[in-house]
Amino acid sequence: MNERIQEKLSILADAAKYDVSCSSSGGKRKNENKGLGNAEGMGICHSYTEDGRCVSLLKILLTNYCIFDCAYCVSRRSNDVKRAAFTVDEVVDLTMNFYRRNYIEGLFLSSGIFKDSDYTMERLVRIVKKLRTEHKFNGYIHVKTIPGASPELIAEAGLYADRLSVNIELPSELSLQNLAPEKNYKEILTPMKQIHQGIVQNKEEKALFKKVPAFAAAGQSTQLIVGASDENDHQILQLSDSLYKGYGLKRVYYSGYVPVTDDARLPQLTRPPVIREHRLYQSDWLIRFYGFQADEILDPQHPHLDLEIDPKLAWALRNRHVFPVDVQTADYEMILRVPGVGARSAKRIVAARRFAPLTLDHLHKFGVVLKRAKFFLTCRGQALDSREYDEQSLRRQILFGSGAVRSALVTQQLDLFAQAS
Amino acid sequence: MHDYTYDGSFDGLLTVLLEMYERKTPPNSIQPADAAQGGLFTATVPIATSEEKAARVWQGLLKYMDKEARTRLYHVFLSERADREIIICRYVQLAVEAKGRVDISENYTNDSVRLVADIDKQMFREKHRMEAFVRFEKTQDELFHATIEPDFDVLPLIAPHFTKRYADQRWLIFDRRRGYGLYYDLHRTDIVQFEEKAPQRSTDMSATVLDEREPLFRLLWQTYFDHANIPERRNMKLHRRHIPLRYWRYLSEKQPRETRFQPIKNKTLTKDSSQLQ
Repeated sequence: MNERIQEKLSILADAAKYDVSCSSSGGKRKNENKGLGNAEGMGICHSYTEDGRCVSLLKILLTNYCIFDCAYCVSRRSNDVKRAAFTVDEVVDLTMNFYRRNYIEGLFLSSGIFKDSDYTMERLVRIVKKLRTEHKFNGYIHVKTIPGASPELIAEAGLYADRLSVNIELPSELSLQNLAPEKNYKEILTPMKQIHQGIVQNKEEKALFKKVPAFAAAGQSTQLIVGASDENDHQILQLSDSLYKGYGLKRVYYSGYVPVTDDARLPQLTRPPVIREHRLYQSDWLIRFYGFQADEILDPQHPHLDLEIDPKLAWALRNRHVFPVDVQTADYEMILRVPGVGARSAKRIVAARRFAPLTLDHLHKFGVVLKRAKFFLTCRGQALDSREYDEQSLRRQILFGSGAVRSALVTQQLDLFAQAS
Repeated sequence: MHDYTYDGSFDGLLTVLLEMYERKTPPNSIQPADAAQGGLFTATVPIATSEEKAARVWQGLLKYMDKEARTRLYHVFLSERADREIIICRYVQLAVEAKGRVDISENYTNDSVRLVADIDKQMFREKHRMEAFVRFEKTQDELFHATIEPDFDVLPLIAPHFTKRYADQRWLIFDRRRGYGLYYDLHRTDIVQFEEKAPQRSTDMSATVLDEREPLFRLLWQTYFDHANIPERRNMKLHRRHIPLRYWRYLSEKQPRETRFQPIKNKTLTKDSSQLQ
């Protein structure tokens, strides 16, 4: 029995690991019933796998039997893999016992589609309902909604889950048709819209009435695969931007394509596109936290993210006319746009300059990365590096000049390129 | 200038601060009595801890700073830095000089202010890590216990988190380095001291006292940990940055496996991907 459960867990964790979402933050579920768990406030990463990704939730599929045949998916119908399925009680028992030992923040539950969408979704709902009602479990729960599941089941899932998500899978409808013929954007966007409306409506009701059951309080997210189809970064960022704006998503996750099946429709890669994925996340952060518009980062003339330098530096190099900015007088928003200045150092700059004129030494101690920032800042009108550089030599100076440290990720991947050629 | 000594408690340090202002004599140093080294030209002044005076100072600090800044000073104390007393003292002096008219807590050009902010940040990180890295083991009498060795004295800071979270199970978190622990008995959480030496490491708790299903869940957790990894994306540098080696000792997923990891064979290897193996 124990060996069987171990085997099931290895199969169903292995099949779920390509779903990258592992956030456990933003929940508002308090432990008010002397039950188990608490999901208010910030998320916690309890461990990290050897690929450097956070382990926050018990991320599993209920089953990897699937009637669909999506080319990029390990669990596709035509793939010859071991199949398994958990029972409702097995998932509940694992979640409770992992949580009690402080292994996890909660459960991330997804599933292959067996029989039909509603049949599968109904079982997911049964599990989360049981955890919440019978076991007084207040930990975090993220449920992946099954494409094509009925609105009633999605609504019910939202009552018990902290986060719901529907994967958009690929950056364009055309690619989706090509690689996942049983899926379409309409079946993905309809539940996404339903969840969005549910969350908005829930917030409005909360403002009016005291006791309203929460609906997916930690919001919804989605994920798309990067590098399995040939959309460029500009198209991807435009899509993310429209999802953030149109559907109020908390997160769009980018999953660098890992070759898991042989299929003529898919590119042959020697390594997942990890740098590109990283640059996309950086751009995503610029949009969500740094006040950038998507079309400032990339436009049809510049459709690809620069793999060698981060998107903020790339933007600054294209927009030399707005620099340098003076640390003593510039707005917070502008200081935040300076390469090498993060949110923490920008806040420190605007707070501290009320007390004294800031010097280079101050900036260094605040955590500003001077090897990038010095070309874009002045202190009391004084340039920190007074030489004139054109865009290319500035780029070289930052990449290879004194104090330049190349990200291990970049070096590693460029090495691989070199070996391949 | 005096060399003040005190009993090493936070109340003791607060008492020193009061005495220092009453005597109008700034410190050359403030040190716990057992670790004190007297100066050559300064008088050593031992200060007796007074709870009443400490309470007055704790309350009085709010005239010069907000609650968040005051909490940061407590965190500096828990950091156990050798110079923690003088850092706290300098910050208080700075705040008192500003007479509460200016909020100095954001004057990052000042070394003391920045130092307090940075230590606070370190403390927060360590507290957050302990909230993540505690691994409970269940015993036969239904106690969930864990051993940790944090860099700083964070048990007081993590107590509310665990009390709220594990309200329906008895648990014990033992700080081996500092020889004390937190114990929750289903009603309240208390600090407990240990007379005898605690087990060397969590794995030494002999198997007989553990709950019969404990080895199973440990095995399942290790299985889960191994299978959540994507070998094609292996990045040990990043891995170790997130979980520095010094924490591995008490993490069950970092203990040796009983059986070797068996990857799930779920794809036919192509020529390209076989090169990666």
